[in-house]
Amino acid sequence: MSAQMIDRREFLAGLSGLVLVASVSRIAKAAEAPKYGADGMEHGWRDDPLLFVAIGEDGIVTVVVHRSEMGQGIRTGLPIVVADELDADWSKVRVTQAPGDEEKFGNQDTDGSRSMRHHFDPMRRVGAAARTMLEAAAAATWNVPVNSVRAVNHEVVHEQSGRRLGYGALAHAAAKLPVPPRESLRLKNPAQFRYIGKENIPLLDVDDISHGRAQYGIDTRLDGMLYAVVARSPVFGGKVAKFDAATAQAMPGVVKVVEIPGTPGPALFSPLNGIAVIAEDTWIAMQARQALQIEWNDGPHGTYDSVAYRAELEQAARKPGLVLREVGDVDATMAKAARKVEAEYYLPHLAHATMEPPSAAARIVDGRCEVWAPTQAPQATRENVAKRLGLPLEKVTVHVTLLGGGFGRKSKPDFATEAAFLSQQMGGRPVKVVWTREDDLHHDYYHTVSVERLQAGLDAQGKTTAWLHRSVAPTIVSIFAPDPQHEAPFEQGLGLINVPFNVPNLRIENPAAVAHTRIGWFRSVSNVPHAFAVQCFVSELAAAAGRDHRDFLLDLIGPPRRIDPAALKDSWNHGESPMRYPVDTGRLRRVIETVTREAGWGRKLPRGQGLGLAAHYSFVSYTAAVVAIEVGADGKLTIPRVDIAFDCGPQIYPDRIRSQLEGAVIMGVSLATYGEITFKNGRAQQDNFNTYQVTRMAEAPREIRVHLLPAADWSQPLGGVGEPGLPPIAPALCNAIFAATGKRIRQLPIAEQLAT
Amino acid sequence: MELTINGAKMNVAAADDTPLLWALRDRLGMTGTKFGCGMALCGACTVHVDGVATRACITPIAALAGKKIVTIEGIGATPQGKALQTAWSTVNVPQCGYCQSGQIMAAAALLAKNAKPNDADIDTAMTGNICRCGTYPRIRAAIKQAAAGLENKA
Repeated sequence: MSAQMIDRREFLAGLSGLVLVASVSRIAKAAEAPKYGADGMEHGWRDDPLLFVAIGEDGIVTVVVHRSEMGQGIRTGLPIVVADELDADWSKVRVTQAPGDEEKFGNQDTDGSRSMRHHFDPMRRVGAAARTMLEAAAAATWNVPVNSVRAVNHEVVHEQSGRRLGYGALAHAAAKLPVPPRESLRLKNPAQFRYIGKENIPLLDVDDISHGRAQYGIDTRLDGMLYAVVARSPVFGGKVAKFDAATAQAMPGVVKVVEIPGTPGPALFSPLNGIAVIAEDTWIAMQARQALQIEWNDGPHGTYDSVAYRAELEQAARKPGLVLREVGDVDATMAKAARKVEAEYYLPHLAHATMEPPSAAARIVDGRCEVWAPTQAPQATRENVAKRLGLPLEKVTVHVTLLGGGFGRKSKPDFATEAAFLSQQMGGRPVKVVWTREDDLHHDYYHTVSVERLQAGLDAQGKTTAWLHRSVAPTIVSIFAPDPQHEAPFEQGLGLINVPFNVPNLRIENPAAVAHTRIGWFRSVSNVPHAFAVQCFVSELAAAAGRDHRDFLLDLIGPPRRIDPAALKDSWNHGESPMRYPVDTGRLRRVIETVTREAGWGRKLPRGQGLGLAAHYSFVSYTAAVVAIEVGADGKLTIPRVDIAFDCGPQIYPDRIRSQLEGAVIMGVSLATYGEITFKNGRAQQDNFNTYQVTRMAEAPREIRVHLLPAADWSQPLGGVGEPGLPPIAPALCNAIFAATGKRIRQLPIAEQLAT
Repeated sequence: MELTINGAKMNVAAADDTPLLWALRDRLGMTGTKFGCGMALCGACTVHVDGVATRACITPIAALAGKKIVTIEGIGATPQGKALQTAWSTVNVPQCGYCQSGQIMAAAALLAKNAKPNDADIDTAMTGNICRCGTYPRIRAAIKQAAAGLENKA
């Protein structure tokens, strides 16, 4: 059993150190200034080391990580922050995972590229508070003034007398002291950081992973556990008309066949209507599911056809729509432009295809339900399970396992509720639900589908004088509310209305679109279509103006300036303070200048080779990429190298920033070359990795060079890391294809478009 | 039926057509071998059968009588497995980590027959193993590092 599977209560009982069940001070309700970051979330934040740090008598420091680990390295990143301020010896630092409990731990929704951005300062304070308590405990033990002692590498030292005590010896006494108030805390001078911002720190979980010991949700094992797979309605909103389970039920090893009821109205995070087979192992359950006879009533989305739907979106994009932002007079300027350029881009639905498909286990003992789930949303998991089972929230515990990939799919805990419901149907006996890959691709909360239409007017000098962007895409809000037809502020703010271009006449429109399937967050969300269209279109404009793409892009962005998001009609601003997080065009320019310099922009290449550029601001970070490609005579695409420059402000765990960018590059290449889910008769047409292909090693960029821009200083606010690497990749790749071949790619995936 | 896994004889109470993957995971409690596709498309379930990288999700246990099965839990006992596990840590390869059992098993089979693989050898051996997080450049670097480490020891 690995650390993250240890029950928090057992874990603390097993230690005699800083044993830390918090008496919780109430969070003052925000009556005064708006709060941001961890403080600004629904359940607030407490700088309470008793919640987040445990120190055993053996001196082992265990950091409780309340954010889900899905590959971004947060289970090492947050301990790095705490350990540094605590002045701990890194070899004595361990990690354990918090269960879902936002009343205690504050927000746990691991999304929006904000785990480190929101928790760097809070976790520094947690570490500093724990260090202060250890120092106070030592001073009291020795009866010396607290300012005569200091913590140094896992010990508190009294220099005058040479006395020293280890953290393990002090933990008990320290835990009984009051938690020092936030304003009294003394944080390290960043020049003294030992772990924050440093290299060569292996992941705390790396050996568990490489030895097969790491525990993902699908690895959960409980005494007497049964295994379930579910036949779900192949069409969103469809229902079981009737079913015959006699054959399945009679198969050896099948324990029970039971219907999971759906819920009317928006999808929410609720299970889909389906028939579950519960058996002695997963294989038996899978075989028996095939023997079910089910007649489905498809419901209103049974005619959803992605080809016809695309035509609808295109029609909508060719007519005026809801105006989101308008500056100057676009129509008059466009009418007298020396040159008009227009282009339409199409991006299909995508599936997340996390390598660990959705899976969760649950049991109910004495009216208490425990769930083990690879969830990005532990609190929502808890609330949904409690509601479905009719239990009070405090009777539901959600153990957060490692996630075998998340990318937004596992923000939606429908699969965890399935496990809890099935356990309830079995009288509380443990049940694990496993989704097959086919289930995953057929029943995802898909990335939206989109048509983006752009039009621009250039004057005689090739300068952009008018800009019109129409974005048409079903909104994520459709899973929460009946029939919303427009992109929500949090989608508009993902690179649609907040393009920081210095164009005097500009209009952004959002014609209506209706959702016919479950739409959900996919890594970087609406930035994918918005950045693709905008950054490909800038390349088209540069070509029309006969100018170098980089120079044209820099001119379009204009001089370095800090733009108030409100001036871009972005009321959302990634949930961040507009004062601390303006849109800084100087930083956007710098990543473009850096990446083009590093990639050798402008060098002569033989026919069939090309460099493509794209830049994008998202999650309050700045990214630019240059993709180098080669297209063979047969149309075969190879990618020898990608350069990516990134400015996220201060870098806490630089190796994981690089790894996130490497991964984003490959995911961007994957969605650009292969990514597409199509629908016919309401049914997703792709089944497994043969028809929903993803990039493999041989086709991945051979070399990825990451260029991290140094932060101005440590007081600069942090930017996001997990998502902002993704948006510029597909447009940079397609711009490279244009440079190499003269062919414009305006619809994704590229698929066979290069075949000759 | 009796299987030899990581040098130990184990009795599996499962139907003969049960794929090794589910026998390992559900019947023997060995969850290091992962489920990703069920069709030998992603490599997450890679194990060694008599030294050959094999997809456990499509290999029924009936086919494995008398054969030597090695899984991620046992690969560290081989020089290649141990070298790879060390390199995985030095290079900090994993992101989510889910596919890495299969990646290491595929890499170990490669190094066992080719002590000094070049890029093309690595592509051929590893392209059946999907990593959705995109750790491919680091997997490549770690395989080369492990190969170099083994060479220095030899």
